[in-house]
Formats: sequence, structure tokens, C-alpha cells
Amino acid sequence: MIELSAVSKIFHQGQPNECRALCAVSLTLQRGGMTVFKGPSGSGKTTLLTLVGALARPTSGRISLDGRLLSNLPERFLTEVRRHTFGFVFQQFNLIRGLSVLENVMLPAYPLGRPHRELTQAAQALLERFGLDGKTASRVEWLSGGEAQRTALARALINDPAVLIADEPTANLDSALSGEVLALLGELAAQGRTVLISSHDPRVCSAAPVTRLIELHDGHIVGDYAC
Amino acid sequence: MPGASRYRDCDTVLLPAFPDQNEMRTWLERQNYLIDYTLAALLRRKTRNLGLLLVYTLLVFLFASVLLLSQGLRREAATLMQDAPELIVQKLNAGRHDLLPAAWLDTLRGIRGVSAVRGRLWGYYYDPAVKANYTLMVAPERGLTADAIMVGATLARVREVGVGDYLSLRAANGQPLPLKITALLDSTSELLSADLLLLSESAFHQLFQPPADTYTDAVLTVRNPREARTIAGKITLALPASRPILRAEILRTYDALFNWREGIVFLTLGTLLLAFLILAWDKAAGLSAEEKREIGILKAIGWETGDILRMKLWEGTLISLTAFLTGYALAYVQVFYGGARLFAPVLKGWAVLYPEFRLTPAVDLQQLLVLLAVTVLPYIVATLIPGWRAAIADPDAVMRG
Repeated sequence: MIELSAVSKIFHQGQPNECRALCAVSLTLQRGGMTVFKGPSGSGKTTLLTLVGALARPTSGRISLDGRLLSNLPERFLTEVRRHTFGFVFQQFNLIRGLSVLENVMLPAYPLGRPHRELTQAAQALLERFGLDGKTASRVEWLSGGEAQRTALARALINDPAVLIADEPTANLDSALSGEVLALLGELAAQGRTVLISSHDPRVCSAAPVTRLIELHDGHIVGDYAC
Repeated sequence: MPGASRYRDCDTVLLPAFPDQNEMRTWLERQNYLIDYTLAALLRRKTRNLGLLLVYTLLVFLFASVLLLSQGLRREAATLMQDAPELIVQKLNAGRHDLLPAAWLDTLRGIRGVSAVRGRLWGYYYDPAVKANYTLMVAPERGLTADAIMVGATLARVREVGVGDYLSLRAANGQPLPLKITALLDSTSELLSADLLLLSESAFHQLFQPPADTYTDAVLTVRNPREARTIAGKITLALPASRPILRAEILRTYDALFNWREGIVFLTLGTLLLAFLILAWDKAAGLSAEEKREIGILKAIGWETGDILRMKLWEGTLISLTAFLTGYALAYVQVFYGGARLFAPVLKGWAVLYPEFRLTPAVDLQQLLVLLAVTVLPYIVATLIPGWRAAIADPDAVMRG
């Protein structure tokens, strides 16, 4: 269970360009299911996911994971949490150019020192599952948007995380590919993973696997609906 | 629940449960992955890295060449000096070198601790034909006849003469003195024998016509070499016009000479080093936007700051060590097997009679470590610092694109 208590995030605090991205947000996210954070651009969706995924610390407030406070953990422990609990799919995919699809998928597991054969097999199994088994040796810059998105998804799952966070997963995809990605995310949620998505795409918000919809506006939660 | 198998329980929060016996294997596997990634990263920017590697290798090559050559020359001089007399005595006249009377030899023999004394006849001869100075020395132990001489290999090369040929020198009375070359001196000692001409005492007298019963200087053998300095003191007391010269002093002179020449080369190379340091700092320290983005992504997908630093450490080590080993190996081959053509004119000195000799291959460990520290460590630090700076930044910035 992930709990946020009066979490605020202010960028460039005390400077002329100060920006209040989240304002005292309190929220409880149960394990499992697919939660979508909806809202217009600048509403604080990505910032919220960033804080939940331990990619940044809140300016104030507390975030805990299964009762353990994350917001005051030292960086080293925070990395451990990030590595083992969360898998990220970034809006711009953030794949490493020049590396192959297989290498990109294996990257998050490198610091764990898993045996090479075992890791390769795990990565290949994920790529096969996402229909990319013919692309393992391809460089990521040669991939189409949908292929890159699925590669990013496979990379997010290589360490077998309990929580999958996807930031605007359909933003760069056409309708067909969006449907494909949503189906994959739904599949993962059905397997017991917690899937957290940020999106302002109405197709995502109305998708069948979505179990909860949280609406944000100007850094505040303005709606919380069970689907 | 996915992911649950990896953790022991809630209390050990999210720490991977590697069995102790596998720790080493895991560590090795991790380094393997990091090296793999680093190599791939280096290859992705191969033009930049290859350029850097080439300049780096050239710099190490130049520095190592100077160090190996000057060290080799010092060693060569020291080896040859082992057979040199422990003590040489010269006569001074108003501070200027003068011929030593034969009577001095008996005085020197009478000093306690001196076991043998021998008067030497030698002198310099300027040959206008080749515009070079020869060192002429009487060598009674060679048993040369009145018109026979032995010459150094370099001298023979420059004068284009060989065994059996005649070398004509102009005597003090203005008459030519033809001398027959009966042998060439051993080329292994060419450092000292390059300009040497050995002749008999009678030939020396015919050529220079010095006063009778005089010598150029005297060489002494002492019973206990450790007492050489004390004996030198006694000689000065017994013969106030004398100047005793210790073998150690000659060695020190050679050392100072090579240090001075080495210093000149290093001064020149210093500018090159400075230029390289600026280039290396710029290349290594200035992370490109893409490199920073990569570090951010790696952090976001679960790499620790320590993993990034290890990766950067491998990067710095791979480039600098490759450059160091290649540069040093090339310098070694150039100095010991290629005749050290690059720096020989500076370090051996300029001369018409230019000695040609092959140095004995040797590596001074201390010198190697100093060069390693001077060239490799700064580069590694220059790679680590910007990597560390980027790694401690918030990975959130990457997620925001």
C-alpha cells in the first residue's frame, strides 16, 4: 500500500520562477488494479507519479510504502526501493540510444549482477511476450513508436517490480497502438501488479482495465472515482 | 504478488536476498555488466574517444621515451664507470689543469691506503677534416707499437677508415704523423669510446711533444674504496697543487648532465602536457547533454550513484590505462630497439662523433609508477567528478524530459 499524506512539491522554491506543482495531496493507493491520474497538462500528474516512484522527494508531506516512510530514506535505500518495487515507462520512452533492444531491457538489472544467461533469458521472454522477439538485436533508434513503447515496458518489468508506473503511455501512439499498450497494461494489472498511469487521453480513462480514476487540477485532487 | 519473492520480509525492506556464497560471483557479474556498458558507451562516441586515446597515447609515449632513454643512459654510464679508477689526481697551475711531474707518482704511492698509482698520458685533438675532437689516450696494456693505434667505432665511421688504414694527424712540430689502425674498439662501450683513439707512449710523445717525465694525470687504486674520500683529503695535504677527483664525482657529473638535458626536454613537453590536460579535462569533464540524460535514465531505472561512479571509473580506467600501456610499450620499443631516434640528439648530446649504442632494456618500477600516477590518475578524476555531479542530480528531471 502506498500512502501520501499532505504531500506538496514546489519547484524553484524561493525563486522568481517558483512553481507549486502539488499542493498538500493526501492519497492511499492499494496494491493491485490500474489507477489512472487524469488532468490537463500542468495539473501535477507526472510530479505525483515521480514522488510515488521515489524519483524525487516531496517539498513537504510524507510518502510511505507498506508502512515504511520513503520520504526520509537516504538516497541509497531509495534507489533500492526504486529498483525493486517500481518499474517506469516514461513518456519519451528514455531508451538508451546506440544500444540494442535486448541491452536496453537488461539495463535495470545490471547493478544486481544476475547471471548473464538467466538475465538474457528473462529479457528475451519479456520481449517475446510483447511481440518484439524479432527485434532483440535492433538498435532502439530504429524502432517505431509502438515498438519503443513496448521495449520501455519490457525494461520496466525486467526486475519484476510490484508497481508499474507509466507516464502518458499513449501520448505518442496512434489509436491502434494505444489500444495494444492499454491491453498489455491491463494484463499486467490482472496478474496482480499495481499499475499507475498518468494520462489526459480519454481513451485511457475509459479503458476497461481501469479500476480507479483520480482527477487532478492545479496540483489538487479534484475527483476520485472507482471504476 | 510479483516481485515478492525477491524480498525476505517487510522488515528487511526491499533488500535483495543474495546468499553469501554468491556474493563474489554477483560482484564479478556486476563489474562485467558495467564494463560491457562502458565499452558500448565508449564505442557510441568512438570518434571523440579515439581522438582522445591517440593524443593521450602520444603524450605517454613522449614522456616515457624521455624517461626510459635518460634512465638507460644513466645506467649505461654507471655500468661503464664501474671499471673507472676510484681516484684521479690532476695537477693545477693557478686553477688550470697542468701536466703532472713524474715525481708526484712516488709521493702518491707513499700515502697510506693507496695500493697502486699509474701516470696517464692523454689529450684532446681537433681534427679539421671532420671538425671533431678526438680523445687520445696512451694504453700501455694494449701493447701498441710506435705507429699503431686503435680507434672508436664512431671515429672510424666518421673518418671512413678501418683496420689496416692509416690515419694522419698533425704533430706539435707541424709535421704529419701517419698512424696505422690495428683494431677498432668494442662497440658495446661506444658511449665512452666513440671519440677515443688509443696509441703508444712514443706515438703520444711524437704527436704532442710534452716535457719529459710528465703525465696528464694519475690514476690511483685504493685498498678500501670507502676510504677514497679520506685519501683524497690526504693527497690535498701532501700535494697542495693537486686536484683529486673521485669516481662518485664523475658519476654525479654524468647524472647532473642527464638531469639537465632531461629537464630541457620535460620543459618542452610541459607545454604539450598542459595542452593535453586542457583537452582531457574538456573531453572528460564536460559531459554532453546526451551523457547527462543517460546518467539520469540509469538512475531512474534503478542504478545507484555508486553504480554510475563505478561505470565512470571503468570508463576513465579503460581509456587512460589503454593509452598508458600502449604509449609506454611504444616508448620501450622505440628506446631499446629503435635506437631512440626521437630524443637521442637532445639526451645524448650534440656531436660530430655521435655514439651509436643499444641500451640494455630495463624498466624502473618507481619511474613507471610515477608516470602512471601523473598521467592516469588525473584523467580518472576528471572522468569521475562530472559523472558524480550528474549522478547526484534528481532523476525526476529526466522523467520530465
